[in-house]
Amino acid sequence: MSRFETIPSVAQGLGDVGYVADEGIAGVVFLADRLEKPVLVEGPAGTGKTQLAKSVAELTGSRLIRLQCYEGLDESKALYEWNYRKQLLRIQAEQVAEAGGAAAGTDWHALEADIFSEQFLLTRPLLEAIRADEPVVLLVDEVDRVELETEALLLEVLSEYQVSIPELGTVRATQVPMVFLTSNNTRELSEALKRRCLYLHLDYPTLEREREIVRAKVPDITGELADQVARIVRSLRSLELRKAPSVSETLDWARTLVVLGVESIDAAGARDTLHVLLKYQSDIERAARELLAAHA
Amino acid sequence: MLELLSGFVAELRAAGLPVSLTEHLDAATAVHHVPLEDREALKYALGATLVKSSSHWRAFETAFEIYFSPRGAATGAGAGGSGPGDATEGEAGAEGQPAPPGAGSLSGAGGSAEGLSAEELAQLLYRALRSGDRGLGGLAARHAVDRYAGIEPGRPVGGTYYLYRTLRHLDLDALLERLLADERAAGELTDLEDRLVADEYRARIDALRQAVEAEIRRRLVLDRGAEALARSVRKPLPEDVDVMHATRDELAALHRALRPLSRKLAVRLGRKRRHRRRGPLDFRATVRHSLSTGGVPVEPRFRHPRPAKPEIFVVADISGSVASFARFTLHLVYAISTQFSKVRSFVFVDGIDEVTQLFEQAEDPGEAVYRITTEADVVWVDGHSDYGHALTEFDRRWGDEVTSRATVLLLGDARNNYHASGAWVLDGLQRQARHVYWLNPEPRQYWGSGDSIVDEYAVHCDAVVECRTLRQLEGFVATLA
Ligand SMILES: Nc1ncnc2c1ncn2[C@@H]1O[C@H](COP(=O)(O)OP(=O)(O)O)[C@@H](O)[C@H]1O
Ligand SMILES: [Mg+2]
Repeated sequence: MSRFETIPSVAQGLGDVGYVADEGIAGVVFLADRLEKPVLVEGPAGTGKTQLAKSVAELTGSRLIRLQCYEGLDESKALYEWNYRKQLLRIQAEQVAEAGGAAAGTDWHALEADIFSEQFLLTRPLLEAIRADEPVVLLVDEVDRVELETEALLLEVLSEYQVSIPELGTVRATQVPMVFLTSNNTRELSEALKRRCLYLHLDYPTLEREREIVRAKVPDITGELADQVARIVRSLRSLELRKAPSVSETLDWARTLVVLGVESIDAAGARDTLHVLLKYQSDIERAARELLAAHA
Repeated sequence: MLELLSGFVAELRAAGLPVSLTEHLDAATAVHHVPLEDREALKYALGATLVKSSSHWRAFETAFEIYFSPRGAATGAGAGGSGPGDATEGEAGAEGQPAPPGAGSLSGAGGSAEGLSAEELAQLLYRALRSGDRGLGGLAARHAVDRYAGIEPGRPVGGTYYLYRTLRHLDLDALLERLLADERAAGELTDLEDRLVADEYRARIDALRQAVEAEIRRRLVLDRGAEALARSVRKPLPEDVDVMHATRDELAALHRALRPLSRKLAVRLGRKRRHRRRGPLDFRATVRHSLSTGGVPVEPRFRHPRPAKPEIFVVADISGSVASFARFTLHLVYAISTQFSKVRSFVFVDGIDEVTQLFEQAEDPGEAVYRITTEADVVWVDGHSDYGHALTEFDRRWGDEVTSRATVLLLGDARNNYHASGAWVLDGLQRQARHVYWLNPEPRQYWGSGDSIVDEYAVHCDAVVECRTLRQLEGFVATLA
């Protein structure tokens, strides 16, 4: 069953939960549902990749299951692992009972079956998403950080939507979850994984969209100020800075200006608050020189 | 549709995009789910299924524009027809409807066969840019193409010349000045406002330029068919552009692409050291920890390996023979130096100079490159590459500082003007350093020809890599993993 009627309804719905989408974003989310394919969202930091998955979850009334990736993430943290400490305690308890004069010796078969049962299983995000009965959105965040082996594991799960646990059997998804993988592109992902996914490149938003994002996220801001913020940010991004401001920084800046009661940004106001927007001193100086100083 | 799609996919492959059969099938399925008349939706459906790298998007867009050209729209600017496929940017609307507000005197001329006079067109253009109305912009683009492109049917061209001719007549630089002057005359602008207004007009002019290009392509599609035109406008993907022969635009794109690549390089070199995540077994910690589980060593404990910070020495030839490569390398070095805390950079021609500081102080690669080419002291005798002298000097002044943790990256074509090679320096460096790599911007078949002595150096390097394109650089970075 499809989650969305039309592409515009996706854009509308995302807008209603505070995510400003353009046609490309809405189109890919729509197709992800129709084609039952994961979406790989790639782009610079702070452009709304993670937020997109969260917002889609909110929009569809799904539970968000998040797998935060990091270097060294392995199967036991991504899929499942046996709670061996608990298993061990269980075995020891058995031994204690025996020593205390319990009748028959330990039934090791029964014990083994027991300690490899559900209650000793630690479910991790991937398995959790596969097993869920209710609608879920699975977010595999910053997938470019994991090593190739873990990426291969991901691919396997996302291709079959099933997980086999030798001691318990195969767990199949009763419904295909919506899956978002995000990447900051610090590493080229494997061709196989990319082939499996729909691809969405999230770049810095256009002037119009950024203005809307500011208005959506900073409700107290006036239209005029939001426009000015978006324009200044656009101009800053056209300079070659060490670190261009991302949408998060735009929002931080807008909030700061509102708190300070700024109605319209002038050179002095900008100079005093640029550090919210730009992280490097050299970038701040450069911005001040290019945007605020006198021109020939 | 499916046939059109097949042609389109074939074109993407010809342009170098790695489209698999699965992806082709996905695209075919995706197309069923989007409304046929929605060209934008179609574009994103195809993009999401066929393009898996942002650096390929531009090639994709070009091909899309050609294969899914809005044929329904009329050729002549005044004809006013609009097909169902022509939903883009409201161009058809602006034209098909009665005159847009304020275009009063233009509508009559727009409908006549000979189009607008030069003056009327200039007015329309001015109004389009001043108002920022995209419909009006599209209309202006069409009239401009009508009037100035001078398209000759049947010629096997990609339209670059037509674009050039049209834009030259429009003289957008002068127009920008005029728009700004009028804006300033209308009211006092602060410096900030002035800059923002200028950037806004630049964006509009950019959009107009694109509209003109799109209009020319649309007409060429009608004239020659999609396949033939696509072949004429095909360009190498950014990663395949030969750095030594790149145009200015291509270089700019390359430099942009370098940033993420250097981050990858940083991650790679960093990761390598941390690759063995676990150090040796820490017995005591294991036992101590086991007390919590009744003395059973449930969780073995490991010592954390202490990753040493990678140190990088970049030594780059910036002589004339590799001028455009040198700019590229300097951008690369800059990008690397923003990612690593311990990068030391050196540039040479026949003399050599350390430029680590210049890179650290520079605010952007452009400034770094400028300062290095003007301030670095790299000429010893005559300003022709002398690798031998440069290397010997490097060894004398900084050789001791290359430790066993260092990676040495040499960048250059090893064309030595028949001087002594100084290869013994590399021999020593290789013993001292962790790795020595050489990146050569020349095609491999020229190595060793004429005064190229790369082979003499190669024996002392862990690898010598042909590095003419971003793809090759990327390949090199990948081998580091
Ligand atoms: N299109 C958007 N609509 C609403 N908020 C957005 C949008 N894009 C980015 N944001 C906001 O910007 C911030 C950064 O977004 P995030 O998803 O964390 O970025 P990323 O995951 O790409 O690094 C968040 O506060 C998010 O709410
Ligand atoms: Mg994120």
